[in-house]
Amino acid sequence: MHGLVNRALQSFVCNTYGQDRWKRMLDAAGLGQVEFEAMFTYEDRITEKLLAALATELDRPLDDILEDVGTYLVSHPELERLRRLLRFGGETYPDFLHSLDDLPDRARLAVPDLDLPTLELREYTNGDYCLNCGLGLPGFTYTLMGILRAMADDYGALVLLDYLGGSERCEQISISVIQSAFSEGRTFELGASHG
Amino acid sequence: MIDLGQLKDVIEKLCPMAIWVDRCGHIRHVGPTLQKVCPETEFVGHRALEFFRVIRPRSVLTMQDLAKTSGSKLHMQMRMPPGITLKGVFVELPDDAGAIINLSFGISVFDAVRDFSLSSKDFAPTDQTIELLYLMESKSAAMEASRSLNVRLQGAMIAAEEQAFTDTLTGLKNRRAVNHVLHRLTAVQRPYSLLHLDLDYFKDVNDTLGHAAGDHVLQYVARIMVDETREGDTVARIGGDEFVLIFDGLTDRGQLGSIARRLIDRLEQPITYGGQTCTISASVGIAISAEVRYLPVPGQAPDGSVAEVKDGADRADFNAILNFADVALYEAKRAGRGCFRFFSPDMLVSGASAFMPRVLVNRRQAGDGA
Repeated sequence: MHGLVNRALQSFVCNTYGQDRWKRMLDAAGLGQVEFEAMFTYEDRITEKLLAALATELDRPLDDILEDVGTYLVSHPELERLRRLLRFGGETYPDFLHSLDDLPDRARLAVPDLDLPTLELREYTNGDYCLNCGLGLPGFTYTLMGILRAMADDYGALVLLDYLGGSERCEQISISVIQSAFSEGRTFELGASHG
Repeated sequence: MIDLGQLKDVIEKLCPMAIWVDRCGHIRHVGPTLQKVCPETEFVGHRALEFFRVIRPRSVLTMQDLAKTSGSKLHMQMRMPPGITLKGVFVELPDDAGAIINLSFGISVFDAVRDFSLSSKDFAPTDQTIELLYLMESKSAAMEASRSLNVRLQGAMIAAEEQAFTDTLTGLKNRRAVNHVLHRLTAVQRPYSLLHLDLDYFKDVNDTLGHAAGDHVLQYVARIMVDETREGDTVARIGGDEFVLIFDGLTDRGQLGSIARRLIDRLEQPITYGGQTCTISASVGIAISAEVRYLPVPGQAPDGSVAEVKDGADRADFNAILNFADVALYEAKRAGRGCFRFFSPDMLVSGASAFMPRVLVNRRQAGDGA
């Protein structure tokens, strides 16, 4: 598993629930007091143990937690970078949704060994969409739902998201954009902080 | 036929940084992004070259010069604020409609986007600038993560090196490892012997053939010593051309003597390096744990006199054996090099005045390296 995934979980738990609970989780998972490096690769079973310990420690369904992780990744002030990179996807929330098909390739441009599942957006009438998420990264679809929810706030769009379930080929999220410019959203300057 | 109003719309959509000039070089229209960069400037009706200077090619000073560059790349600079440099191309329009000078930010696009708060609407939909910005930003994020990882890894590497037991040049053990092994052997009171080997004439190799030759010789010598010892023995390089061999459980003088002789004989074989031949030799001092255990240790008294150290202290034991091997080594050197000597207590008396300073220096180094 790419270190970014473990690092994201570490960052989420530490910033949301505190260092102590993170340490307790590591102990429960039998991993020792490890500091995850975003640029390393870890064995998949480490991530599996982490996720199991996360659900036990927080006493909540893993799917819910992963959705929170997605929201956290986009909305936490310390992680401004990811939000910005996603905002490059388009001027409006529907533009952003259409850019999701390119997301795995865009991610690879930044981090060549990060393999995200394929994404495919279908557009129906009246602002209804269906997003097909490829398999291969367990829990990714729920994390993505959290990201989509937080990005809607970022764009100031009013949307409804629903997990439609999975098949052996993909998992599906339905997205209804009720109002694309519902609120101000957060500002995005193309050239805010390079260098 | 397209009318001029339609043409203006087409230019705006495709080239939001374009200047449309008439036949004489007067501006008819500028694209919205260019106007956004220079909000104060009234372009229309003025000559384009009043606002822009062509830096390269240098010969372009008039509208006629500009027309001759048609289709090729221009480097231009704004004469008014913000004074930025731009890339441009001049293309003539048919039917006496004038010409288009299309401009772009070139490599300064990163600053321009920030300084003028440009958004994706300010670029043509097919323009690659947004992708370029995305790439720049994602790569600098990845680079920063990489750099901070490198800093952490470098710290870890330095810490690891400080704790290392290996001499990086030869792959042998180092002084730290020798201390560790001696500490272990004395703690469990195992009988062992220590052989202190110093290369003779090595300095000549370094001086005449250079450090690369010196390094080659050290690596070659290291291989011989590993060859001539058993797997469980310790072979260490503890200084420039000083080596220590520790034989766990081996205290037989006959065996030790023949090992030392074989080592010296093999080291005296000429070594070739880059077509040159290096000839070295070695002197060896040997001390055996049981024989030195309760002897007084040469102390650190400033007058060079031998100070008594209490028996039984492990640390004193293994410092002692290093010192006694060193004393024997000195005797071997004095006997004309290329030979070995076993330590014997009378060496402490006979050669005291001659060898003590060296012993003291070595002792201090050994202590520092611990």
